Amino acid sequence: MKFQTFNKNSKKLLCFKERLIEVGLFLCAFLSILITLGIVFILISESIPFFREVSIRDFLTDPQWTPLFFDAHYGIASLILGTMVTTFVALSFAIPLGSIIAIYLSEYASHHVRETIKPILELLSAVPTVVYGYFALLFVTPLLQKIFPELSGFNMLSAGFVMGIMIVPYVSSLCEDAMRAVPMYMREGSLAMGATKLQTSLRVIFPSAISGIVAAYILALSRAVGETMIVAIAAGMQPNLTLDPREPAQTLTAYIVQVSLGDLPHGTVGYQTIFVCGLILFLMTFVFNIFGHVMKKLTREVYE
Amino acid sequence: MVNERAIIKNLNFYYGETQVLQNISLPIFKNKVTAMIGPSGCGKTTLLRCFNRMHDLYPGNRYEGEIILLPENQNILHKNVDPIELRMRISMVFQKPNPFPKSIYENVAYGLRIRGVKKRSFLDDQVEEALKNAALWDEVKDRLSDLAFQLSGGQQQRLCIARALAVDPDIVLFDEPTSALDPIATQKIEELIQVLKERYTVIIVTHNMQQAARVSDYTAFFYLGELVEFETTNILFTNPKVKKTEDYITGRFG
Repeated sequence: MKFQTFNKNSKKLLCFKERLIEVGLFLCAFLSILITLGIVFILISESIPFFREVSIRDFLTDPQWTPLFFDAHYGIASLILGTMVTTFVALSFAIPLGSIIAIYLSEYASHHVRETIKPILELLSAVPTVVYGYFALLFVTPLLQKIFPELSGFNMLSAGFVMGIMIVPYVSSLCEDAMRAVPMYMREGSLAMGATKLQTSLRVIFPSAISGIVAAYILALSRAVGETMIVAIAAGMQPNLTLDPREPAQTLTAYIVQVSLGDLPHGTVGYQTIFVCGLILFLMTFVFNIFGHVMKKLTREVYE
Repeated sequence: MVNERAIIKNLNFYYGETQVLQNISLPIFKNKVTAMIGPSGCGKTTLLRCFNRMHDLYPGNRYEGEIILLPENQNILHKNVDPIELRMRISMVFQKPNPFPKSIYENVAYGLRIRGVKKRSFLDDQVEEALKNAALWDEVKDRLSDLAFQLSGGQQQRLCIARALAVDPDIVLFDEPTSALDPIATQKIEELIQVLKERYTVIIVTHNMQQAARVSDYTAFFYLGELVEFETTNILFTNPKVKKTEDYITGRFG
């Protein structure tokens, strides 16, 4: 026959090659899952001995976190609170500003303006976080001290604020995607009722895109929770059970940096705290990420 | 006695350099249903969207000529006319039901809310009346706070009609309002349009010639951006004067 260009053997070889490539590709994909599982396994297996030493009750209720002191206390609350306060400061800046930018880019800006502004905004997230850290410590903090003279040199306010600047493009870009996914006929429906652009944006487009917008907020939240360098540099390194952002404090991430830099003997409780903090951090961001992705998926389904 | 509610005079419309409407002149009669028919791309929807200046939303569109509202004697295409004010007087129902992500009540109240109406009792009355006029009240009166998306497609479209009526417009524009609906929902909307003309002036664009024949008093047939024939619906469908119209309504092209 005309099209039969392979004999039986070369055909077999071709099939085998195809199969080999498929397996190779699958292994590459599987590797990333394996690594994630490996990390989770290490986090858990190193945390278990920790909880043999320290009761869960102390872990959750002790106000102090001093695992490296002679009089060791293992109260995670101060680190979690530090993480929450810096995250709150960052989000209370990034969410409003990011949303406003998203409304502008999606509903007001012309194509040309949008395509100019977006890459510039995204440059913000290309700045290395260590640069942001020193920006917070050496520029923003002195500036804020002019407004709040009692502000300490290391503080959560400045670190959180700069973290907020870093997160703005995440929020604006994801929110803009969500708003632009709202079909044109929704916009026209509102405008045809005599609504202004602003009324349409706030009363129809924003609520229509709400699940995507919430997803953006949650991804920003998980980003802020996991951010390390800025808080390690600018927020101070002492665990501090406080809700006052003007005070210095330590976050979960900053603690991990601090302890990993020192030389702790393997197998001690102090060493295991790294993994416990890692586990807590992982659980927090994991839950936020899943929730965020579910919300994002929901938006897509509404208009299809 | 037939009164004109609007007169289209020598209207040309351009999308950028492309001329889509060629010198259209047409009266719109008060408390009548005027249907605009013609094959795809004939400009009927473009003409409809001139009435509430929807084309202003997109750059590069240009109107020439006039649409004069009577008895105000006001050219709504004039650049001094604020399109937002105009859209408050001329409502539109779209091809695809497009309720907002709000409750049934808030969907109907939307037009009043954006005009700054806050008085609850007034809103309640207007919402109820609009829903009654849109023949939807009995189906939704016990669940006004439900999300509008929970309604069926036909109900959603009647909700959009109620939304358009709640602001008590002068003219209601329908852009192929039943093309996304099943026959029963379509029939309900057609019956509704018959009732609506007692209070409003209605213009409807439709793909469906039978629909135009059923619901309208006047019919305008468009082809390639030109008005071919305008007559009472009865005459246009039984005794068209132009050969092209006859070819179209007898299904020889389109």
